[in-house]
Amino acid sequence: MVGVQRRILPGFGLSLGFTLAYLSLIVLIPLSAVFLKTATMSAGALWEAISAPRVVATYRLSFGASLLAAAVNVVFGLMLAWSLVRYSFPGRKLVDALIDLPFALPTAVAGISLTALYAKNGWLGQYLEPLGIKIAFTPTGVLVALIFIGLPFVVRTVQPVLEDLEAEVEEAAASLGASRWQTVIRVVLPALLPALLTGFALAFARAVGEYGSVIFIAGNLPMVSEITPLIIITKLEQYDYAGATAVASVMLVFSFVLLLLINLLQEWTRRSARKVS
Amino acid sequence: MAGASGTLDLRGRSASARFEENPATRDNPWARRIILATSLAFFALFLVMPLAAVFVEALRRGLSVYVAALTEPDALSAIKLTLIVAAVSVPMNLVFGIAAAWAITKFDFKGKQFLITLIDLPFSVSPVIAGLVFVLVFGAQGWFGPWLRENDIKVIFAVPGIVLATVFVTFPFVARELIPLMQAQGTEEEEAALTLGATGWQMFRRVTLPNIKWALLYGVILCNARAMGEFGAVSVVSGHIRGLTNTMPLHVEILYNEYQFAAAFAVASLLALLALLTLALKSYIEWRTAQQGTVGDTP
Amino acid sequence: MSIAVRDITKRFGPFTALDGVSLDFAPGKLIALLGPSGCGKTTLLRIIAGLEWADSGRVLLGDQDASDRHVRERQVGFVFQHYALFRHMTVFENVAFGLRVKPRVARPSEAQIRKRVDDLLELVQLGWLASRYPTQLSGGQRQRIALARALAVEPRVLLLDEPFGALDAQVRKELRGWLRRLHSELHLTSIFVTHDQDEALDVADEIVLMNKGRVEQVGAAQDVYETPATEFACSFLGAVNRFPGRIRGDELELAGDWLPVVAHGIGEGEKAIALARPHELQILSIDSAGPGLRARVERVLINGPVARIELKGETILNGTGSYPTFEAEVPRDRLGGLDLKVGKHVRLSANRLRAFPYQSL
Repeated sequence: MVGVQRRILPGFGLSLGFTLAYLSLIVLIPLSAVFLKTATMSAGALWEAISAPRVVATYRLSFGASLLAAAVNVVFGLMLAWSLVRYSFPGRKLVDALIDLPFALPTAVAGISLTALYAKNGWLGQYLEPLGIKIAFTPTGVLVALIFIGLPFVVRTVQPVLEDLEAEVEEAAASLGASRWQTVIRVVLPALLPALLTGFALAFARAVGEYGSVIFIAGNLPMVSEITPLIIITKLEQYDYAGATAVASVMLVFSFVLLLLINLLQEWTRRSARKVS
Repeated sequence: MAGASGTLDLRGRSASARFEENPATRDNPWARRIILATSLAFFALFLVMPLAAVFVEALRRGLSVYVAALTEPDALSAIKLTLIVAAVSVPMNLVFGIAAAWAITKFDFKGKQFLITLIDLPFSVSPVIAGLVFVLVFGAQGWFGPWLRENDIKVIFAVPGIVLATVFVTFPFVARELIPLMQAQGTEEEEAALTLGATGWQMFRRVTLPNIKWALLYGVILCNARAMGEFGAVSVVSGHIRGLTNTMPLHVEILYNEYQFAAAFAVASLLALLALLTLALKSYIEWRTAQQGTVGDTP
Repeated sequence: MSIAVRDITKRFGPFTALDGVSLDFAPGKLIALLGPSGCGKTTLLRIIAGLEWADSGRVLLGDQDASDRHVRERQVGFVFQHYALFRHMTVFENVAFGLRVKPRVARPSEAQIRKRVDDLLELVQLGWLASRYPTQLSGGQRQRIALARALAVEPRVLLLDEPFGALDAQVRKELRGWLRRLHSELHLTSIFVTHDQDEALDVADEIVLMNKGRVEQVGAAQDVYETPATEFACSFLGAVNRFPGRIRGDELELAGDWLPVVAHGIGEGEKAIALARPHELQILSIDSAGPGLRARVERVLINGPVARIELKGETILNGTGSYPTFEAEVPRDRLGGLDLKVGKHVRLSANRLRAFPYQSL
């Protein structure tokens, strides 16, 4: 109903017009450039660009490590959220505030810092190396970086749902004779499932596109520890704009599908939160 | 990224004591110990240690090296450029955030939900692609490349490109803090102001703005942290010209790749301090709004 | 100042909120816009205020056509259902707001503002709360502050949207009397929206009864109650007993029985529905002669000075397919004479029965 209808509060035309213009100029038109550029490629060239073995190896690493990192974060993120909501312990407020560190810390800083920790002579690396565990400059390093940047997503989606969970539900389960373990498994976790899945999807989506924190620790060996965003940059530096854009459009399509999925998950989280409370 | 970065929570954190004293919600002491120990160990390993490492590595070679790393001309110009980029891109997204939230929350129109999704879009795009799109539009081979070259305007590998990429990646921060809050606040107060004779501007400045100031500040702080710390997108469009198009995160990368670790960590420590300041302010605002939400809230 | 609306129509998508509404509100009156939720009463109030634009029709304030005037220029005082107090301002600043946003030339001095706000807070008897914030007030206090704020700009009319809707029963009752008294002091033309017929009857000089976007009846409160114009008006303004039947002269024929009825505008032999309020029913002995229906006492409830009697009819009435239930009210002191016990058979009549054209549901 944009248009003819008169409105009482002022500024509708101005604010919506500005919003749409700014959104188009900064986001939509530049993003469309990726697809328009890709569309000018021949199907053969496009296929070659996005299915070269070295590129496919990056998909495998980016998606594989991101899935694994998100899964690790679901487990530990849930435990952290549980500790923050259900237990009182000294320093709880500080822990709560620091959970968002990966949002606030520039990715390059996280990258060099993680590398310093896990390199051969680093704080942790010096103990792990003799055990035969190599982390920095291997795919495991990529995983470590992606766990770091994905952690707050799971904690921050689960935490509010856990807080809103009424104690009465658990009281009811207990009064019906359920053991604590049964209550948690059958009553509490199902209520948290939508939030856990949302957190997983958010952490996964972020990890797939992550660049800064990964490239320092990854070692960036072709076919081994090279991530998809890096291959885009590599192609750009070789002035292979078409190739870079082709890979970018694969990632974009994937991101949009994931965004759609996340929106559906969040809708589900909201609805089930209402149902439970 | 949609839903994350913690939208401003007005309820305040509930006391965990409520669960610990209730026999129906109390966990077995051993389960409690294991969960707490595991989660805190994970927290220490993945969050505390990387943070501590930044400062320890920065000071490893002594204070004089630290100070020298921060005061050499290239570092200073990187700091200056980072401040300029934030000073331009944050206000742009601030104005946009207010306009978008105003249109979305105070009026009804078709496609509103879709518009909200589009506003969140930049969070789901890889920073590298955020940089790439501007290369495709303004780069030498891009849409406006030839025209820009003829008119001797540099966007890519220059400050305008860095600003654009930064605006892109920080695009949703302010809007997404304001939208849920203003939705919850409704339009009655603004209508009341109008019935009392206020003009549109008076209504906005005296009623709307004071009501959203904390959420606005919250969005600005998060937006600023990301603007100053952005690496991937900026790295694509900057060209890494020392002293000219290097922001602080890019300067960190260069120093690190040149094996000047102490200097790299020195600059990184400034960014880490910024992150800590951001978290502190964020916690303060959450505490403030939680206070306001509960003070004498007895109808 | 008088208020009038002419032929107001307002649609929200496919839903017609107001369908050609025309009304005149006399100056100085306190008027209730009464009706069930969704009847368009709030929309009408907001259109008068200028908070909503009508699709067609005119709004007249005094002798001015205000239809195209912005809410800011209409000089109406509007009290919102949820008060809409500015949460970041003190009570004092809330009330002062309308004075502070006046153009510089018309703006009173700081001293005048202070005086005016203090006077208004005195008027609503809340001067001691001046430095509090809205969240620190009770619902009733917030409502009174909202009213003081609306009065600060010396509005030409006062519009109140469900002014007592969000309050609990006790406070609601108090505020009703208070609003009545305030109105008699100020004599400001005031319209308030309510869905509560008791509230309308209790407070208003005049009631505008609305249903489905149309005006059902307009009149003095007592008149609307006593002589409802339509079946809806009758049943909305209080509990009623229904008697579906057929008109025969001055009688309503009810499946063999009959009751006396006032039937204007309904033709001989036509179907009609007759309504009587609980206190208008008469309970007679089963053997008594004259009009009435056979019924059985189901329950007797004594509630203060009035006894409520639930009865079940023993004849199936036209088009209902089941035995009807009735509710009668009898003064408690007359209860003894009737000797009512559960299960007792009685004859039920009505000393006043209003017939309306039958509408199949």
